[in-house]
Amino acid sequence: MIHEFLEWLGSTEWSVRLLESYYVWPLMESTHVLTLALFVGTAVMMDLRLVGFAFRGVPVSAFTHRLLPWTRLGFAIMLVTGLLLFYSSPLRYYYNLFFRIKVILLIVAGFNIWWFHSRIHRSLEEWENEFRAPRAARMAGVVSLVVWTGVVFSGRLVAYNWFDCDIQPQPDWVNWAAGCRIEPDEVAQEGATLLEVTTGISVTSEGS
Amino acid sequence: MIPPESWIVFFEWCEATFLGRVVRESIWMFPIIEALHLTALCLIGGAILVVDLRLLGFGLTNQRPSALARHVRPWLMAGLAVMLSTGVLLFLSEAIKCFYNTSFWVKMMTLPVALTFTFVIRARALDGLDTSARSRAIGFASIALWFTVAAAGRWIGYS
Repeated sequence: MIHEFLEWLGSTEWSVRLLESYYVWPLMESTHVLTLALFVGTAVMMDLRLVGFAFRGVPVSAFTHRLLPWTRLGFAIMLVTGLLLFYSSPLRYYYNLFFRIKVILLIVAGFNIWWFHSRIHRSLEEWENEFRAPRAARMAGVVSLVVWTGVVFSGRLVAYNWFDCDIQPQPDWVNWAAGCRIEPDEVAQEGATLLEVTTGISVTSEGS
Repeated sequence: MIPPESWIVFFEWCEATFLGRVVRESIWMFPIIEALHLTALCLIGGAILVVDLRLLGFGLTNQRPSALARHVRPWLMAGLAVMLSTGVLLFLSEAIKCFYNTSFWVKMMTLPVALTFTFVIRARALDGLDTSARSRAIGFASIALWFTVAAAGRWIGYS
């Protein structure tokens, strides 16, 4: 059902126009990439303070009150441009292994943010002036640094089609993780050896 | 904006270097180095923006600009070290393409300006700056310069 919906989404007029545009798509993509400096950049600065790597003497509340609005602005730009890029080619991204890794990492990052604000942030006044933050706050900072680095890496690698469904054969786990809709062809079904099954596959998804 | 054609000899030499060949002939090295280049962009972007936003009167306004610049300095230097080494590797792998690429030359001309501005002009001015018109001008100029470097860098891949 998701496949059919995304197939329809990608066939809508504006999706096609966006994908085929000479300047709009690259500008969208460039905005998405350059906003990393604002969004991840300011988030990393706050993480460095939480972990205790930088900003000795600067209270944590200075970051959550004054810098966080800029991080949020960056995220809003990332989200809008990211959704538009997805809209330009929904099936290509849906079946892209790196895109799927990126989405999972984004969920982890979101959970980490929720955890920080709902649990750790409540007691901020008690420890925000101490350079060594509580263990939970330091952990949240480390998780954030690692996960956002992973998001940047997987996001950049979305551009490469190494594991795309229309490039076969792939290891089974790749086809599973990328959600490739592969049906063994008739020859394979007639009791061929395992080797023939893995090489004799035909791809039915439009994953490119 | 293409330099004298005679310079191409140097770019051909760059592309033929050992490192250039290794990166070019590998399937995954260029993308991984690119991703590292982008990670460094985040670090540099954060370290530059925290100070520039402060100069514009935003962000960590309860800190002095000079103090913020001192706090981020090791991370700015680390980011620049990663940025420069990965940038050189990316360049070596496609030096001839870069030679004929206008965006590459825009980047190469604005990069030294941005670096000089950050480490000479902005660094010297930071001590006396708070939220004067001059501090806002310096913050704005810094963001504009680094934005040009980054945007031209991204556009190398499109042109």
